[in-house]
Amino acid sequence: MAESIPAVELEHVTKRFGNVVAVNDVTLRIAEGEFFSLLGPSGCGKTTTLRMIAGFEMPTAGVVRIRGQEMGETPPFKRPVNTVFQSYALFPHLTVAQNVAFGLEMQKVPRKEIKQRVAEALEMVRLPQMANRKPKQLSGGQRQRIALARALVNRPQVLLLDEPLGALDLKLRKAMQLELKALQSQVGITFIYVTHDQEEALTMSDRIAVMNEGRVYQVGTPREIYERPNSRFVADFIGETNFLTGRVEEVRGEQAVVLVDGTVRVVGTLTGPVSRGQEVTVAIRPEKLRLRPTGEVQGRVEELIYIGTDTRYVIRLTERSRLTVRTQNVGIGDSQRFRQGERVGLEWNDESALVLVE
Amino acid sequence: MKTGSSRQRTLIRIGQKVLSLHALFSYLFLYLPIIILIIFSFNNSKSVFRWAGFTTHWYLDLFSDPRIMSALKNSLIVASASTIASTIFGTMVSIAMERYDFFGKLPFDALLYLPIVIPDITMAVMLLVFFVTIHMPLGLHTIIISHIAFNISFVSVTVRARLASLDPALEEAAQDLYANEWQTFWKVTFPLLLPGIIGGALMAFTLSLDDYVITFFTAGARSTTLPLRIYSMVKTGVKPDINALSSLMMMVSMALVVLSLLLQRKGGEGVTIQ
Ligand SMILES: Nc1ncnc2c1ncn2[C@@H]1O[C@H](COP(=O)(O)OP(=O)(O)OP(=O)(O)O)[C@@H](O)[C@H]1O
Ligand SMILES: [Mg+2]
Repeated sequence: MAESIPAVELEHVTKRFGNVVAVNDVTLRIAEGEFFSLLGPSGCGKTTTLRMIAGFEMPTAGVVRIRGQEMGETPPFKRPVNTVFQSYALFPHLTVAQNVAFGLEMQKVPRKEIKQRVAEALEMVRLPQMANRKPKQLSGGQRQRIALARALVNRPQVLLLDEPLGALDLKLRKAMQLELKALQSQVGITFIYVTHDQEEALTMSDRIAVMNEGRVYQVGTPREIYERPNSRFVADFIGETNFLTGRVEEVRGEQAVVLVDGTVRVVGTLTGPVSRGQEVTVAIRPEKLRLRPTGEVQGRVEELIYIGTDTRYVIRLTERSRLTVRTQNVGIGDSQRFRQGERVGLEWNDESALVLVE
Repeated sequence: MKTGSSRQRTLIRIGQKVLSLHALFSYLFLYLPIIILIIFSFNNSKSVFRWAGFTTHWYLDLFSDPRIMSALKNSLIVASASTIASTIFGTMVSIAMERYDFFGKLPFDALLYLPIVIPDITMAVMLLVFFVTIHMPLGLHTIIISHIAFNISFVSVTVRARLASLDPALEEAAQDLYANEWQTFWKVTFPLLLPGIIGGALMAFTLSLDDYVITFFTAGARSTTLPLRIYSMVKTGVKPDINALSSLMMMVSMALVVLSLLLQRKGGEGVTIQ
């Protein structure tokens, strides 16, 4: 994999609009056939990054390569990529079939082949009976699929998708997530997928780039991003996390002892180099914590919420810090194990507590 | 308290009555003369003031009057030529203004609307002075040039309204699907703009057909248009044939305006409200 040419490569790409830096020194390598997501909060530069790959925006600095080819000022209609727009952007004056045929006609594909490929594409998104409708006569989910068919019919090397499920309701969204993922492994085309929904990114992607304020904070598999966030921002943006702040007391190889709020000592795994006395954040996911009748680290049960599959405890650790603990309700009596106001011990595996510097 | 609120209610009720009366009178004021004009164009008498039975011979007379027919021909030539030219230029200007940035765009933008806001008489004098300065003899061609000058503004206002409400992602989608700028324009932008362009063209045709002031200043000796003809007929006394001619012109103009409005409203397709 490391040998082959990446499908898309961004090298120190920066985009400025006036004095707004929309994308700031982004470097990415996206492999052939990968489902790659750009994830981040609103305004972090996801769309701008995608538009630079499509050719709608030109980088202020840096290089975009598609299959090793430097794109430079290549206009969108000469790039081997296709886009599914958030608003779908179906041509309202053309029928569904004409919409899907548009790209093939522009590429001067023979008529007979166009007809056949359009039929196949409509079959693929399971809407062959809609060929003669106008986009106005379709539902949101159907429009979404036609937009997908219109892009995929061209067999692009890379498909760019900008929050393609953003306009759908939750149930349809979930169904389409699975459908999209299945379609991607079926056609084997590289997908670059923009979303601000972390759950969506985790379920669908092979790899995720987490962005914030124009920068890529971390690139990794969903598991890496979730289990090994490299910064406070990533840990906070993906899933639920407890944060404790403290000073490094001692460094022991891969681990460090951190004195939280000057009172409680916790052991955590390092994510980067730290020195003694440095101010750091310790991040622990609620489901990685275990409650015991007693232990080295102790706290008091402040709140206890039963939520069906889980019970959620809020534990007062120090005057300034609280920890949320999630325990699965395996047996019937589980939720009554600890009571409000009770003192409990807290346990976790050392690699579950991460010492974050940034 | 009680009397106060009931007095208020009475006041509101009176206010509503007054307002609806006001609206009624406004419409009467606008349309009564037109209705009278149309009625008397069918009056079987030379007098414009006394009803003497129904006839259509004033209308038939119009078509046998060679001076009116030649004025009609001139009017149609001027309106058609100026409509075609101003529609093409107006559309191109709109696209330039909406889609591209260039040096001096803002002042140019302001200048574009000048013909709409300045008085006709000012524009007429300006154009006349211009033609005299460049030693261009007056005739149909000078009328056409003048009409193009003011019609470009009206066409570009209508086309730009449509263009501004067009989702820019549609043009990007076309480019993403391998259409170059030229193909994108003809396959996507133009079909979606068409209702606006036709609307603008109909508006231009109407304005050209009805214009008096600017035409009067820029017309040559043998380039009389219908409005000029009507005015010279009125000077020798109002006869029912003028009523007939005016009624016809009004009907045609109204039909064109209604068609233009319908077209601009129709086909909200591709138009997003943001
Ligand atoms: N054409 C433009 N002109 C000026 N500023 C722009 C332009 N496009 C984007 N920006 C700015 O660049 C930044 C990044 O925008 P971008 O659209 O890439 O964000 P995003 O991550 O896609 O956000 P969202 O999730 O809201 O779609 C924002 O601050 C935005 O205001
Ligand atoms: Mg976006």
